[in-house]
Amino acid sequence: VGRQVSAPRRGGPRRQEVRAALLFISPWLVGFAVFTAYPVIYTGYLSFTDYDVINDPNFVGMDNFRELLEDPKVALALGNTFVFAAMSVPAQLLVSLFLALLLNWAGRASGFFRTAFFLPKMTPPVAIGILLLLLFNGQSGLINTMLGFVGIEGPAWTTDPTWVKPGLVVMSLWTVGGSVIILLAALRNVPQELYDAARVDGADWWDQTWRVTIPMISGALFFVFIVDTIAAFQSFTEAYTAFFGSGNTTYSNDAALFYAIYLFQQAFEFLHMGYASAMAWVLFVIIMVVTFVQVRLTRRFVFYEGEQR
Amino acid sequence: VTAIETPAPRLGVETAVAETEQVAEPPRRRVRNTALRWLLYGLLSAVTMLFVYPFVWLVSASFKPRGEVFDNRLVPKTFTLDNYIAVWQEAPLALWLFNTLLVTVLATVTVTISSAMVAWGFSYFRFRGRTALFGLVLATMMLPGAVTMIPVFLIWDALGQVGNLTPLWAGNLFGSAFYIFLLRQFFLGLPRELFDAAKIDGANQWQVFSRIALPLTKPALIVTALFEFQAAWTDLMRPLIYLRDSSTFTVPRGLKSLLDRFGFGGEWHWEIVVTASVITTLPMIVLFFLGQRHFVRGIATTGSKG
Repeated sequence: VGRQVSAPRRGGPRRQEVRAALLFISPWLVGFAVFTAYPVIYTGYLSFTDYDVINDPNFVGMDNFRELLEDPKVALALGNTFVFAAMSVPAQLLVSLFLALLLNWAGRASGFFRTAFFLPKMTPPVAIGILLLLLFNGQSGLINTMLGFVGIEGPAWTTDPTWVKPGLVVMSLWTVGGSVIILLAALRNVPQELYDAARVDGADWWDQTWRVTIPMISGALFFVFIVDTIAAFQSFTEAYTAFFGSGNTTYSNDAALFYAIYLFQQAFEFLHMGYASAMAWVLFVIIMVVTFVQVRLTRRFVFYEGEQR
Repeated sequence: VTAIETPAPRLGVETAVAETEQVAEPPRRRVRNTALRWLLYGLLSAVTMLFVYPFVWLVSASFKPRGEVFDNRLVPKTFTLDNYIAVWQEAPLALWLFNTLLVTVLATVTVTISSAMVAWGFSYFRFRGRTALFGLVLATMMLPGAVTMIPVFLIWDALGQVGNLTPLWAGNLFGSAFYIFLLRQFFLGLPRELFDAAKIDGANQWQVFSRIALPLTKPALIVTALFEFQAAWTDLMRPLIYLRDSSTFTVPRGLKSLLDRFGFGGEWHWEIVVTASVITTLPMIVLFFLGQRHFVRGIATTGSKG
């Protein structure tokens, strides 16, 4: 008898539960359909058309992709983006790891420094672009003034095409604070026993850092590495602010023309929506491939605690 | 692609809390040697200077007259408030600030509520296809914005909203993958018995969510709200796409227009640009000091998911 009482009626509470769940997730379902699924498909369709918003899309087959291969600006923008990513991602990773280690060694006093390191991350990217122009100004910028004190004649960071990207990379190091916090949290989760055991085995701090610390935080390092790379491939605001816009067309924009900037220009300044859609799909594929390669290359160096349990 | 998806549901609320405690706890590996300690503090102080000085430079420059903006002096030779008055006269700054505040508040409130609802749907209820559907939520995080940017613009255009502030926040009505993920982790850590007990007491599904679950999730809700407040306040790309008339600008968009007008290729009034930059940045600094603890905890938890 008891069994019959406790057994749920068919389609009763169960179905109610499903209905409630659907109601709760309905905002996302609608948003996904309208603002993700449909746009992804429609971008795919537009990439095979010419479309200027005013007239209807005109089907042109593979023309956009063919044009893309021949467009020197696409090659330029891709090159710029790869160079920037190749410089900024490792630099950010090294600097944030170094700072996180310093904070970890500092112990109790690290709170103040952590705050200081994180503060730049709050700066709106537009203001970072402006700071870049001001601080890296070739003649009167703070950076070159400081370099002058130690007898180095700084380059024209904001105008010389060879130095535009290095300037952007250095500026990007100003906002590593988020990664520092992630790595510091990981460092503090490394069990003390491991260090004790290492010390018993005669490991000095260098050994400990390389044999204990780095492997134990490899998961967090991997996360920062992947996220920074994806972000680098889409970087837009700082470079756009500093080097593009209505006013400054006379400058060495070309060295700062990132893929995301050229895509934005094609879509919203030249209204080449079809061409820009093709560019967007290419970017998507590039990011997927790069991420995939990174995952494959680094996976065996990444150690997750869960694996051992 | 799997990088961000796979390690997902490893940590619940316990770990998040444990982490907060560990951040505050005195670490075990301290440098004992005094000379080394001084070297360490020296190094940390030097780096701190590098990180903080650009702010100091900017604020200092905003109080200098036009000819001295680039003199790199810490204390202005001629102290003046004229720039702050000039900015107010040259640009509809009050309107820009109002627009930004409006967009930011709407974006923050909508995304927090909607993401919490969706996260609750994905954590409390069990239904067929839940795992696959949630996988889809995570997958959208990997999608570059560029792939959806153009059709989304066309949707807002068809709705006649281009030029209005609506496209800057209304998408948040439907939740956002990252916050859904964050809040779901938190919900999963709450003891289920609490909700069953409330149900026995006669609470309906909505009441269980709004009266029991939401108040317990406050820390994660605060993190969500702070992150979104910052994201919405500092965004430049969407204002560039959607806003046409200066009277509808947000502060970052307005700052860009001031740079175009007064910076290189413009009238070369850098003191205006500098002062407007200070005004744009200051609210974020205040926000950070108000919610510092939550920011740090939120970011630390994000990383531990990797």
